[in-house]
Amino acid sequence: MQNKRAIEIWVGVFIVAGAAALFMLAMKVSNIATYSDDGGYNVTAQFSNIGGLKVRSPVSMAGVRVGRVAKIGFDMQTYEAVVTMRIDQQYDNLPKDTSASILTSGILGENYIGLEAGAKGVFLQDGDEIRITQSALILENLIGQFLVNQAQQNRGGSK
Amino acid sequence: MEQPELQIQSGQSPAIEGNRAAGADVEDVLVKIRGLHFAHGARVILDSVDIDIHRGEVTTIMGPSGTGKTTLLRLIGGQFLPDAGTVEVDGQNVPTLSRSDLYELRKRMGMMFQTGALFTDLSVFENVAFPLREHTGLPENVIRDLVLIKLQAVGLRGAKSLMPAELSGGMSRRVALARAIALDPMMIMYDEPFTGQDPITVGVIMQLIRRINQYMGLTSIIVSHDVAEVSAISDRIYLIAEGKVIEQGSPAELLQSPSKWAQQFLQGKPDGPVPFHYPAIPFADELMASE
Amino acid sequence: MLGWIQNLGRSGISFFEQVGHAHMFMLQALRGIPYCLRNPYLLTAQVYSVGVLSMPIILISGLTVGMVLGLQMYNTLTDFGAEESLGPVVALSLVRELGPVLSALLFSGRAGSALTAEIGLMKATEQLAGMEMMAVDPIKRVIVPRLLAGIVSLPLLVAMFSAVGIIGSYLVGVGLLGVDAGAFWSQMTAKVDFHDDIFNGFVKSLVFGVVATWIAVFEGYDSVPTTAGVSRATTRTVVHTAFAVLGLDFVLTALMFGEV
Repeated sequence: MQNKRAIEIWVGVFIVAGAAALFMLAMKVSNIATYSDDGGYNVTAQFSNIGGLKVRSPVSMAGVRVGRVAKIGFDMQTYEAVVTMRIDQQYDNLPKDTSASILTSGILGENYIGLEAGAKGVFLQDGDEIRITQSALILENLIGQFLVNQAQQNRGGSK
Repeated sequence: MEQPELQIQSGQSPAIEGNRAAGADVEDVLVKIRGLHFAHGARVILDSVDIDIHRGEVTTIMGPSGTGKTTLLRLIGGQFLPDAGTVEVDGQNVPTLSRSDLYELRKRMGMMFQTGALFTDLSVFENVAFPLREHTGLPENVIRDLVLIKLQAVGLRGAKSLMPAELSGGMSRRVALARAIALDPMMIMYDEPFTGQDPITVGVIMQLIRRINQYMGLTSIIVSHDVAEVSAISDRIYLIAEGKVIEQGSPAELLQSPSKWAQQFLQGKPDGPVPFHYPAIPFADELMASE
Repeated sequence: MLGWIQNLGRSGISFFEQVGHAHMFMLQALRGIPYCLRNPYLLTAQVYSVGVLSMPIILISGLTVGMVLGLQMYNTLTDFGAEESLGPVVALSLVRELGPVLSALLFSGRAGSALTAEIGLMKATEQLAGMEMMAVDPIKRVIVPRLLAGIVSLPLLVAMFSAVGIIGSYLVGVGLLGVDAGAFWSQMTAKVDFHDDIFNGFVKSLVFGVVATWIAVFEGYDSVPTTAGVSRATTRTVVHTAFAVLGLDFVLTALMFGEV
């Protein structure tokens, strides 16, 4: 029977250690903290091109994360992407004329939505739409534009 | 909790020296086997065999190795299903029993395996206590007393704390016997109990089989080919070869048997109906051919 | 030529027979679960022998794999000036793939083969037949506790492997190679998603636990009851588990991480 107690103690240690490991993985390693959806409100915006924007990409204002991309859809009428953002409840004073742009973090980083505050006194509510949007910069378009500009300059210069 | 019958029939007087039990009649047949047929693939192991095991007697099934003696025990215990025939144990036809009925019946049968088959991770005490713990709701102190009684009957009460790995072969078998009688069954089957044991252990086991059969009023079925030992303790012997019953009767009757094969087997003669030489072409011819 | 085709056909049919046999076995085992839950000490004893006794090898392997991973990844990441991504790279590799797969393979080698040998020996020494004759179902008493113990133990072992691995790479990366500790952890939490990575890794470990234990226990129960038969069964356990784990890993990864 002494043996039996020892076995049960060791099994208890084992299970606790395993649970602790799982806990550590969940808490310290992953982004579970961001899952606590303690209220927030949805705001939509339309973009002609979202580039590499993904669901759960961050939404920031002045560099501070104020929300996340909740859903990415497509408008059949306007042929534009419809992005639904979930803004944390505490940031409830975003003016109605706030603008949303798709930016890249770093040079080759991932896309996120940057919000620039407007000037209106009325604030965004749940379900409102941000009218002023700036789509993602597509590298090919940039290069194409650059080449066209170069060509124009050369033509202008050689006159 | 099952309370199997303790049968000590008055009218039968099982003698200690292995004489035929007086007044054993047909209704007292505990195990009735009729037309039992069992084949393993193409090989026929038992061919329409009829056997009667009488209550309160020690019956031995004898025969050369591989004749299917162990298979017979397994058929009686319901581990194998026969191809044809009936195996009636205490009135119930074993092959037709449902799983739960079969398990109920098995609680009334004890079996001692050739190797003892003790659970290697349990002590001697725990091994004997196993069937009691599994099938009865008895409190711990009652189980303890029962286990000690069984171990005392086989003479190993002092070894109750040992592990199976520490036991000699003979001791293992005695513990297995104690375990087999733990639930006070109505019959016990012994699979080659004397094989490979030293003379003292053989003597001990012989005495135990006979004594337990008498004092607990059991029916014993022994499978063995140790002629001398078995003749000393059996009431009835069945001789099986090539799937058929060649002879049956008391040990004394068997020695009188007209069958040449039985005589060769019982007396251990090297040559007879079972030839010494494996069939081959004449020796002279083979030597000549090797040039 | 014809004989060769016959052999092929025969082994093909026996393969299906084995698979069917294994599934019937599993169904029988599932029926025995209530019995096991009524005798919890059986389960506890098995969790000890299968889980606790596997802890040393899992912890040591996890630590060393994590350390090596840290070292190797660092070498490549410096080429891109991306050392600060060491945290997420190591964490994702461990949690998604190396943790479940390596732990399952180690588990099968240590605990799986032990299970097969133990059960095979019990069969060879007629202990299982003895139990049957004593009206105790050996599947309920011997097989089911071991099966449940493996299914419970492996996910815990995998979690320990991944956790210890991350710590190992932290020790090497931050301690030895000078990666910034803050960046290590913060990048990790940013990139490792609870649903996609941790949870999926856990699901994988659960599936592997079922498969590895099932194969080990079945091979033991089905083995030829001789010493040669048991040793063959032990080898089969390790080999079959390896195939199954690696194959399932591909399927699960495709399902889980296919379209991100």
